[in-house]
Amino acid sequence: MSKLYFEDFKLNAAMTYGAYPVTADEIRAFASEYDPQPMHLDDKAASKSLLGGLAASGWHTCSIMMRMIIDGFLHNAASMGSGGIDELRWVKPVRPGDMLHMRHVITGSRASQTKPDRGFVNFHFQLMNQNNELVMEQRNGIMFERRPQPAAAKDTSGEPA
Amino acid sequence: MSHFLQDMKVGQKIDLGTFTFTADHIKRYAALYDPQPFHMDEEAAKQSHFGALCASGWQTASIWMRLYVLYSQKEAQKLEMAGQPVAEMGPGLGLKNLRWLKPVYAGDTLHYYTTIIAKRPSESRAGWGLISARNFAKNQNGVLVFECETTALLQRRTDGRSA
Repeated sequence: MSKLYFEDFKLNAAMTYGAYPVTADEIRAFASEYDPQPMHLDDKAASKSLLGGLAASGWHTCSIMMRMIIDGFLHNAASMGSGGIDELRWVKPVRPGDMLHMRHVITGSRASQTKPDRGFVNFHFQLMNQNNELVMEQRNGIMFERRPQPAAAKDTSGEPA
Repeated sequence: MSHFLQDMKVGQKIDLGTFTFTADHIKRYAALYDPQPFHMDEEAAKQSHFGALCASGWQTASIWMRLYVLYSQKEAQKLEMAGQPVAEMGPGLGLKNLRWLKPVYAGDTLHYYTTIIAKRPSESRAGWGLISARNFAKNQNGVLVFECETTALLQRRTDGRSA
């Protein structure tokens, strides 16, 4: 597969990918390091909590989504990173035994006005469980390099590089 | 385990303390959740636009949660020592306006803070409320590197005392 550049991310294009199995061990391991609340660590405490049973930290779910985005397409893209997240919602608990998959739609795309080597692509990411229920969604932009132009097509009227 | 919703004050600024990001810790997180070369390998990071090994933005964010939970648990201990009831923390509902403003490099020490920006009773869950906070981190040079606004459920006191 050839590398993906800014020009390859088309407005309204959708993509579905990934299969991430969630385990109780991983939920506890993440929580003990980053979110040591009983509802993410202990079955009994979790069953008495609003979550009604052991569930992943929301930050763990964010981390899982990041991994799924990388494995899904970002590993093969000329990404220059993301400056942030516009909006993110934790919609349903992520449970041990869940099998998660991703869907995204491209909601915007614009070339940088000031830096001709890059462009910005806006995504609406949705994370779903095995019942196709939305568990988390996120809207953010990612910066990509623009596709290098072949030498013959280069604009020669400008300044030397 | 926390103060109750009524006892959190809008405008209150909470110092959550510091956290130092080591190269090993950055790489360990990245291997699981964000295996991009600039989070995994010093040499590859040098070649990247970041210029040196730096933490995944989600690791920077997750450490805010760690420090906030540890702070809340310490506060809860103080309440228990004083014989006071302790509130349960509920799940987060979401976040917005998260910004990774500067890279967090291996060896950086971040100072995390939280400011309470809004609170209100939950309309759908009796005994609970929603608390919104702006959370941020500065590096050892005082430069803001991370910020976000979170909203989470927090238990309300139902003993009749209101605030």
